[in-house]
Amino acid sequence: MPTPLLSVRDLVVEFPTRRGTLRALDHVSFDIAEGEVLGMVGESGAGKSLTGAAIIGLLEAPGRIAGGEVWLKGERIDNLSPEKMRRVRGRRIGMVFQDPLTSLNPLYTVAEQLIETIRTHLDLSEKDARKRAVGLLDRVGIPAAARRIDDYPHHFSGGMRQRVVIALALAAEPELVIADEPTTALDVSVQAQIIDVLKEACIERGASVMLITHDMGVIAETADRVAVLYAGRMAEIGPVRDVIQAAEHPYTSGLMGAIPTLTQTADRLTQIPGSMPRLNAIPQGCAFNPRCKHVFDRCRRDRPELIARGGGRHVACWLFDGAMEKADV
Amino acid sequence: MIAFILRRLVQSVIVMLTVALVAFALFRFVGDPIASMVGQETTLAERAEIRQALGLNDPFPVQFWSFLTRAVQGDFGISYRLQQPVMELILSRLPATLELALVSGIMAFAFGVGFGVYTALRRGNWLSGSIMTISLIGVSLPTFLIGVLLIWVFAVELQWLPSFGRGETVYIGDWWRTGLLTSSGRFSLILPAITLGLYQMTLIMRLVRAEMLEVLRTDYIKFARARGLSNRAVHFGHALKNTLVPVITITGLQMGSIIAFSIITETVFQWPGVGALFINSVRFVDVPVMAAYLMLIALVFVVINLVVDLLYYAVDPRLRVDRASARS
Ligand SMILES: Nc1ncnc2c1ncn2[C@@H]1O[C@H](COP(=O)(O)OP(=O)(O)O)[C@@H](O)[C@H]1O
Ligand code: SF4
Ligand SMILES: [Mg+2]
Repeated sequence: MPTPLLSVRDLVVEFPTRRGTLRALDHVSFDIAEGEVLGMVGESGAGKSLTGAAIIGLLEAPGRIAGGEVWLKGERIDNLSPEKMRRVRGRRIGMVFQDPLTSLNPLYTVAEQLIETIRTHLDLSEKDARKRAVGLLDRVGIPAAARRIDDYPHHFSGGMRQRVVIALALAAEPELVIADEPTTALDVSVQAQIIDVLKEACIERGASVMLITHDMGVIAETADRVAVLYAGRMAEIGPVRDVIQAAEHPYTSGLMGAIPTLTQTADRLTQIPGSMPRLNAIPQGCAFNPRCKHVFDRCRRDRPELIARGGGRHVACWLFDGAMEKADV
Repeated sequence: MIAFILRRLVQSVIVMLTVALVAFALFRFVGDPIASMVGQETTLAERAEIRQALGLNDPFPVQFWSFLTRAVQGDFGISYRLQQPVMELILSRLPATLELALVSGIMAFAFGVGFGVYTALRRGNWLSGSIMTISLIGVSLPTFLIGVLLIWVFAVELQWLPSFGRGETVYIGDWWRTGLLTSSGRFSLILPAITLGLYQMTLIMRLVRAEMLEVLRTDYIKFARARGLSNRAVHFGHALKNTLVPVITITGLQMGSIIAFSIITETVFQWPGVGALFINSVRFVDVPVMAAYLMLIALVFVVINLVVDLLYYAVDPRLRVDRASARS
């Protein structure tokens, strides 16, 4: 097997608080292959954004990586010096955030922000950087890019701004783009276009994508594999087709059942009875056990690890602890 | 843009008219101008004559109008106390006040922004903590007390700096007497400038700090970091610039207060500026000087307001609606 582009091993993220330490990510492991689109789903608060923040080294204090490793193309990046990590951000891993209305600095033109980013990472003259910036805007579908580039963010609509943000994320040809709910804040009518632009622009540059979203429809259309996060733990991960058509983890099947159409979003996830436990009240054993229809004794006692199910699927559920061996991905 | 400036100008004129009305009212309701002008032995008939000659028996609008037209030409009459044209008095003392205000304003802004940024970026280290604590003292001590303390320490005990006056002054042009060009003038300026600017400095510092912390939490700063920009670019290129937008307004308005509040500092340091002139004119009910001073301060505030608006406009592209409205 070739070295994956990104490899996250047993990632633990904790928040020390006065009333004890909250473990927001608990031994999360997954890989992203080169050129692959990995979807990441889970209820609000499951730890999706934290996973992205931990990978690019932008956890906000007091949050910290308390365990595990992050590898980018065979190089460990979770323990780099701040300065070295800064050079990874933007250059090797690009990021797209949720709200394009607030992601851009209102006081600088799009050109200024693009050129600044390009010249931070690439040794280009102002003029060449500008040319490149226009090309990027063109690529993400900004009409009359050469003219619009000197406009300020507030001159653009939400969808157009998210295109600018994508251009910024791609400005220095990163190998991986982490998109954290890139369409949640957008008008429904432009969501599909933005996902398309994001995916196409990344794929044609050979960049992998970690696509965080509530929207199973988007995952189904866009991702190669999907990872399901629950209460800071990986519940299931596998090829999109398999997981969507035949989810194995009871939580994932609940999620799928809750999303019959492409346009339905987040709030429907709560059709599973109960709600995700708060970080200070995660039950012993399987985190999902209070809500699970199939719960049995062992679920309340021991925590299930990811179990390899063949075909690249892994499920953290005791129902599948048959003859299969423990996951070693 | 033109409409914006015009609207602002109209507002300014209204403000000035209102203040003029108040200043004018001083003449009618504070003291008796005739009594201030003539000696004890003047008879009632003579007084009535003067009253008539000065137009004090004219109807109110007529008097107000003549006050206005004279004021616009810089004619505020003769000081009761000093028997000199008020405008001459004010102009001779204005440089002292403006130099003091300018120096303390620049100091307040430079140190305010500097400390504000430092304490925002280095939250929790001991130096930030000390700066914050000291600044708390700065806001809570009254200005005159700070002045007296500074005089006691630096002028009386250490004898490093003079305790009063402007030191040596020289003329620039016909009437501007400056203390900035002589070393004794500059030394004399230090203590009053600190006294006058300390409060504003603390205000600006706390404002910058709060605003900067706010800005550092925004998405565009997070995104700037995610783009791999250096800390310097993030802090000073992105965060500071956004911090300064609201700070400019407040700081500009502070400049007005600095000039207005210079009364106290000028009194403590016997600084020969318009503030000291005003205090003396109040003591002697020298109405023409009081009225002129009021109008002067109002003018300063109005002009500063205008400048601040224009600056704001220059800094924040969102206010420039020209192209946006054409596009959307
Ligand atoms: N500063 C913090 N202190 C304590 N807990 C936090 C903090 N920031 C995030 N968390 C917790 O981390 C969990 C994961 O958050 P997040 O990754 O943003 O979820 P998602 O993106 O999946 O909605 C949440 O339960 C949240 O409460
Ligand atoms: S481990 Fe048990 S409680 Fe958890 S999902 Fe599987 S069956 Fe349900
Ligand atoms: Mg999130």
